[in-house]
Order: sequence, then C-alpha cells, then structure tokens
Amino acid sequence: MSPALLEAEALTKHFPVRRGILGRPAGLVRAVDSVSFTIDAGKTLGLVGESGCGKTTTSRMILNVEAPTSGAIRFDGAPLSGLDRDGRRRYRRGMQAVFQDPYASLDPRMRVGSIVGEPLIINERPSASALRRRVLELLDLVGLPERAAELFPHEFSGGQRQRIAIARALALSPKLVVLDEPVSALDVSIRAQILNLLRDLQRRLGVAYLFIAHDLAAVAHMSHTIAVMYLGKIVELGAAADVALHPKHPYTQALFSAALPLERQQRREEIILSGEIPSPLDPPPGCRFHTRCPQVMERCRRDEPPLAPESGRLVACHLYPAPAR
Amino acid sequence: MSPPVIDVRELKTHIVTRWGTIKAVDGVSFTVAEGETLGLVGESGSGKSMTCLSILRLVPRPAARIVGGQVLLDGDDLLTQSERQMQRIRGKRVAMILQDPMSSLNPVFSIGMQVREPLVSYHGLSGKALARRAVELLAAVGISSPAARLRAYPHQLSGGMRQRVVGAMAISAPPRLLIADEPTTSLDLTIQAQYLRLLKDLQERHRLAMIFVTHNLGIVAKMCDRVAVMYAGRIVEAGPVEMIFGAPRHPYTRALLESVPRLGAQTEWLTAIEGQPPDLAALPPGCAFAPRCAHAMERCRAEEPSEFSLGAGHTSRCWLDRPA
Repeated sequence: MSPALLEAEALTKHFPVRRGILGRPAGLVRAVDSVSFTIDAGKTLGLVGESGCGKTTTSRMILNVEAPTSGAIRFDGAPLSGLDRDGRRRYRRGMQAVFQDPYASLDPRMRVGSIVGEPLIINERPSASALRRRVLELLDLVGLPERAAELFPHEFSGGQRQRIAIARALALSPKLVVLDEPVSALDVSIRAQILNLLRDLQRRLGVAYLFIAHDLAAVAHMSHTIAVMYLGKIVELGAAADVALHPKHPYTQALFSAALPLERQQRREEIILSGEIPSPLDPPPGCRFHTRCPQVMERCRRDEPPLAPESGRLVACHLYPAPAR
Repeated sequence: MSPPVIDVRELKTHIVTRWGTIKAVDGVSFTVAEGETLGLVGESGSGKSMTCLSILRLVPRPAARIVGGQVLLDGDDLLTQSERQMQRIRGKRVAMILQDPMSSLNPVFSIGMQVREPLVSYHGLSGKALARRAVELLAAVGISSPAARLRAYPHQLSGGMRQRVVGAMAISAPPRLLIADEPTTSLDLTIQAQYLRLLKDLQERHRLAMIFVTHNLGIVAKMCDRVAVMYAGRIVEAGPVEMIFGAPRHPYTRALLESVPRLGAQTEWLTAIEGQPPDLAALPPGCAFAPRCAHAMERCRAEEPSEFSLGAGHTSRCWLDRPA
C-alpha cells in the first residue's frame, strides 16, 4: 500500500493559561490530546465534534499555523518537524484552506482576479499573460464567468464568494485542502451547489480534503473516513458509512441521533445527553465522556479507554470488545 | 376547533431604501392555534424574521414599515394598538426567543435582575414571592442550582445555559404566543437536542402557540405541526408537516428538500438549486422563483401565481397547482 498523503501521529496541543499581571501559569488547556489519523491522496477525512473539541486546532496544526506541543505530521512522506524554511514553504504550498465566512476571507479592496492570482504571484512569479490565463482557468474551474476577474468581492453573493475562495485555494494545485465549515455560512439552497462543486473538483484534480463541519449529514455525504472528536480526543474513527449509520461509541451515537432526519417516519431512537460539555481546562479523569455517557460504568471514571479496533473501525470505549459470554 | 391564538392576514412590511422599495413581507397570512407549532422556513432574505418582527411591531424604523394587513392576537389587532399598549403585550402575551442569547441578555446585569424584571413589571411580584418565582422559572428550564445561577452574570454561563435563561424569561408570563427565531442555531448539536426537548415541554405545559423560524428542515420535521415555506417575502407553500415532507408540491419546496444531504442516502450528487437567491430590490415580474425553477412556463414569467388550495389545509402558490 502506498503511504498516506498526510499522517498525523499522536498530535498534541496544549495551551498554557496565564493569570494575573505576572502571567503565572494557571493551567493547561488540552485542546488536542494525542490525536492520530491519516488522509489518503484524493480522499476526504471528515472531522466532526462540538465546539471546543479541538477540530480547528487540529486543522491549524496541519496547516502549520500552530506548532504542535508534541507529535508528528508527515506530508507526502516527509516529516514536518525536520523541514527548514524553504521546506516549510513547499509544505505550505501543498495544502490550502477554505474557511467558513467568504465575507471575511476575501479582501474587499482587491479585484477577484488579483485575489485568485495572488498565491501564484507570490510563489511562481508567472508572466502577466500566463497569470491571466491561469486565473481564468481557475475561475472557469469553479464555475465563474471570465468577467468575474474584473469585479470586487462585494459584487458577488455568498455562494459565488465561496467559489472565489475555492479558486484561490486551488491556485497552487495543492494536494490537500482544509475545508473548515465551507458551507455553514451559505444559504440552504446554495449549499448543495458548493458541495457538488467540491466533489467534482476532487474527482477531476485528485485533491484530498480535510472536511470540518457540524452538519453531520453533509460530512457523511462528503467523506470517505470520519473522525469524531470529543474534548481533544478522537473517540471513533472509521469508514464514513460505518460511523454515520452504525456508530459504536455512545457519543457518536448521541451525536448522530441529534442530527435530525427529514422523514418523520424515519425517526430513530433519540438519545438526549444530559449536562454540558466539560471544560477542556479540566477534563474529567478516565474517559472524558463519562460525565455525560448514558452507558457509563465504574471503570470509565478511572481508566481512559484506548482507541482500539472494533467492527472494522477504531473506537475508544470500554464497552468494546463486548465481554465474551 | 378553537379559534386561533394568532391570525395574521395579508401582512405587508416594506423597507424603503435608496434603491427602491423592498417588499420584505408581501401579503403573508397564517394562523396558529393553542398548543400548535408553525414552522416558518426559508433562506435569509425570504422574510421570515421580518414577519415575526412585524407581529411584535419591532421592525427597524423608519426604513421598514408595516403597510398593510392585520395581526389578530386572540382577536385584538396588534397593528392598531398604541405603542403603550404594545409594551404591555410584548413579553406578556407574545414572547420571543432570538438566535443569539446575548442579544436578549444584558451583559452588565445579573441573571437574577433580568429574570425578575418582567415578574415585577407584569405581575407586580415583590419580596419573597418574587425571589421564589425567579428560582422556579430557572428550575423550569432545567438549570441546576438555580438560586446560585441567579447571582451569575451572562458571561459566566455557557451558550446553552444562556438560551435556557432566555427561555425562562419568555415563559414567565406565560405568553399566549411564543416566537422562536432560530433559537438553536448557535448551539452545539447535543445541546440543541436538549433545548428542543425543553421547548416542546414548555409548550405542552403552557399550551403555547408557537412560531418556529428556522432554515433547518430536520428541526421542522421534528418540532412542527404545520409548515409555511417562504420565498421572496411570500408564503409559497403551506400545510401539515406530513404533507410538506411527504408530498411537497411547490417546485421550490421540492428542490429544497432534495438539495439537503441525508444520512444513509448513498447518492453521489446532491440535487442543487441553480442560480442565486432573489434580489428583493429587483424581483422579476411573475413568480419570484421562476428564474431558478426547472418547471417554469411562459405564464410564470408574466403573471404572479395566486394561492391554490390542495385540500386539508395544504396550499401552494404555483401555476402547476391551478385546479383544472
């Protein structure tokens, strides 16, 4: 088997919390705690979880915006930690990002042509005619007309702006694009357009995605693999259909039961969790989910369950393996 | 059947801008009975929030103005009340929960002060009775150790907790009509599930008529008895929730339902709605959805369809549904 495009191994990020004017350390936020996953070339990993679970911090470490406290990232076979300045620059060229709000991520004073062409100018210094050709190619790729290049972002609707952001992300032919809530800010009727576009681009360009979203049905639709995070840990990781339709971890089960089906008849058993998400400043001992888990056992309060194989995926829960009878 | 709590008739709210008049709400009619939930769905700019603000007469003045129609709350037309009378109605007979709890809560006052305020002004409570009722209300929305929480400030609570406080204030009267405008959009999924159950409980306990505004069709399927789908300031389809989800008629409703990814559906491509949401300042003549509609006919571009009844309270504003 060929090595994965991206490998994250025991990725950890702790943020120190400081108090008072002397900035005395007052604790650690364990935003991401020993998270491992891989993304294959041309495939999509969906990352789901509620706010504060560490999805965005994970993506920021992948994008090399945030340095991991510990752990390793390998991209295209090369470890990120050993790279020099030039190497890091090449690394960053290989991956790009599209963010939630296309109103914030596009400079209102630049024409669309310059926005899309900027990564090319910085990295490749193409001739004016080559640049123009490439920009028009990119606009065409995301379904925008040629004349869009002369216009400003405010002249576009939200969905079209997100197309511009996608064109910019693709300018340097990246191998991986981080999609952080790419459709949440868009109108419902526009979301399907953008999801279809992303899927079409993956097929045509072979680009891999790290897809972060809270719309679980959208994640299940877009992803090949899904990782579910809770308080900085991956609790379940496996093929999208397995995780979405037959979740094993009690948290995944609750999460997907909260994703409401459209058909009334199809209403599944609903699991409503009690309590709130604990603070990552002081995560519960043992299994981090035990304070809200409907199936909590004595052992969960004490021992942290490892992420172990179960029914063709990885699950971190003491319920598995089910005791032999 | 009991008379409706709220009966909105041909409501029209226009916004005057430099570029012309925008018909944000253009002849909207619906009723909601006691204990019933009406889901108001549509994209941003479709007029659903403006409809709710018009009921409470809270449209942003002077730009926006209610130019026609009636809003009958238990028979009283809210559009003809004086501002003084409206102040007695808001919060007492009609309450509203907004998307962002921090736009309803004042950051510099304690939760207790804010929860007590309507109790003092509407019910004239004071002293021990007031303190007891405030604790009761927080307990009713599932807040643990309510007495301690009353001393907290909004920033000390989580988003879900804050929205519960807003819920507690909304039911303090209790009102006849509760308007919930995207109340769970800012909440996490598992917290959203808790809050939706709470709203259902509160509604059943107080027999509230509820208008639930959302763009999340899954929530509509779960929470609502009837649905009204809005597009460009008009209700294009309305009916019992089973009809809207099981046998939608209007092309916009159908396209909307098809465009949403579903868990378990192994479809490769989503059915996207082409084009962009309408520009309300430059609506086409005829049906506003015609430019994006797969079934648009000559007539749709010339003449606006009227509302056709399909029986059992199901209506559609589409020429395709004109009785033969």
